[in-house]
Amino acid sequence: MSRQIGILKFMLFLAGLGPLAQLGWKAFHDGLGANPVEVITHSTGTWTLVFLLVTLSISPVRKLSGALWLIRFRRMLGLYAFFYGMLHFATYIWLDKFFDIQEMSKDIYKRPFITVGFTAFVLLIPLATTSTQGMIRRLGRRWQILHRLVYASAAMGVIHYLWLVKADRRVPEIYGIVLLILLVYRVIQKLTVHSNGLTNRASETFIEVMHR
Amino acid sequence: MVIKKPADIPSSDITPKNTYFNRRKFLLGASAGLGGLVLGSRILDELASPSAVAFANTKIEGIHSSSLSTTGEKLTPLKDIANYNNYYEFSTDKYEPAGLAKDFHTRPWTVKVEGMVHKPQTLDVDQIIRLSAPEERIYRHRCVEGWSMVIPWVGFPLCKLVDTVQPLGKARFVEFTTIYDPKQMPGQNRGVLPWPYLEGLRLDEAMHPLAILAFGMYGETLPKQDGAPLRLVIPWKYGFKSIKAIVKIRFLATQPETTWNKVASDEYGFYSNVNPEVDHPRWSQKTERRIGEFFKRPTLKFNGYGEQVASLYTGMDLRKNF
Repeated sequence: MSRQIGILKFMLFLAGLGPLAQLGWKAFHDGLGANPVEVITHSTGTWTLVFLLVTLSISPVRKLSGALWLIRFRRMLGLYAFFYGMLHFATYIWLDKFFDIQEMSKDIYKRPFITVGFTAFVLLIPLATTSTQGMIRRLGRRWQILHRLVYASAAMGVIHYLWLVKADRRVPEIYGIVLLILLVYRVIQKLTVHSNGLTNRASETFIEVMHR
Repeated sequence: MVIKKPADIPSSDITPKNTYFNRRKFLLGASAGLGGLVLGSRILDELASPSAVAFANTKIEGIHSSSLSTTGEKLTPLKDIANYNNYYEFSTDKYEPAGLAKDFHTRPWTVKVEGMVHKPQTLDVDQIIRLSAPEERIYRHRCVEGWSMVIPWVGFPLCKLVDTVQPLGKARFVEFTTIYDPKQMPGQNRGVLPWPYLEGLRLDEAMHPLAILAFGMYGETLPKQDGAPLRLVIPWKYGFKSIKAIVKIRFLATQPETTWNKVASDEYGFYSNVNPEVDHPRWSQKTERRIGEFFKRPTLKFNGYGEQVASLYTGMDLRKNF
């Protein structure tokens, strides 16, 4: 099992690089269209959200399916969300603002969609830096509390998308609905667990798996 | 149409678009579906190559160059102008109208001119095109989203049409309407914007020599995705004011409603003159990305046409009347 997981993990690692590879390939083949920077910005932003939502779906899916081993992929998915978020942010500061700190701080202060997007990204930083085994061990119970920031980050990511579109809100709304389902599931889960007077077995399993 | 005589356009004005054509198809296929939710759907999207790009092919004869053309600017290649379109009647994705407009019927086509005029009438588009000699007008085109192009339009001053219908003394505004035909325009099946698309100008803006009705680009009839058969081009205003595929022109005493203003009046004013000093509430308008350039460039007030048009707005607070 552990060997199979290793192989799957490696495949997931490669798949995660796919969107970046695709962008790179297109960039070198004049395939990014009339406004390449816009395409890069949108694509990296989209993949940040996709990886965040996939990361957040690991818990529910594993509870519903019983495939407990899925937890082994969650960290990598989360780190990919951070990775694409970083690329997205780098595109903004480099290709959009050309390192104009003054303009950027004005943007972050004045423009709500940038404020939330920026915050969403900043919230991911502590999560990425505490994603190592050592940090998990060291932080113990507090690690889980800290990592609840991911909900805020994902919500702000969706709001960032919603607030930037001109008129067509369909796609960001789809992301919003997916996120809502994932969050509502957790609330229901929590309520039923509490009303049954059970301990949160899932989270214990999770700690156990992460310590392996 | 004014067609089928030997050309007297300098061949340097014409981009050899066929050389782009095959590669374009391939690249479009590759760029389809960016932003898909699932990897699987992305792969499928990539395999499904979109239909060929709708380029117009009819050469327009007897085009005169105009002293009102912008000089010293590099023209944006036709492949970019014709594949990057904000045309919500077809799609909100700028890369899609090129494929979706392929079968759009631009003939037969009539334009109703009505309201406060002495001679209300319904004109065939080919009649309109013959109202005045075709001119090439090279203009900067600045989108409210922060990108810009330089486009060699073919058309004639809007005032020629206005003169034909003779507005009444009370007429102070002109309203333009885009065709509403959801069978041909898939984007109109969604309520993204209230349809049909409406735009408007003050009558003195409409009479300004820089305001043109365009029916061509790069010496040929307009690509369908760029507003064929007839569109407005107001170079000193943000692109959305330059309404496409016009079917109705109405003269009014009061300021008409315009689509984007109805949707978000705090973001899109009636005037919408290009102005780096007035930000869009959600982004800065100080700079723009010229399509084809890596670095952004500063945006010019009135898109660089201030010398000609600023007098239209003397005494007006452009922050209030944005």
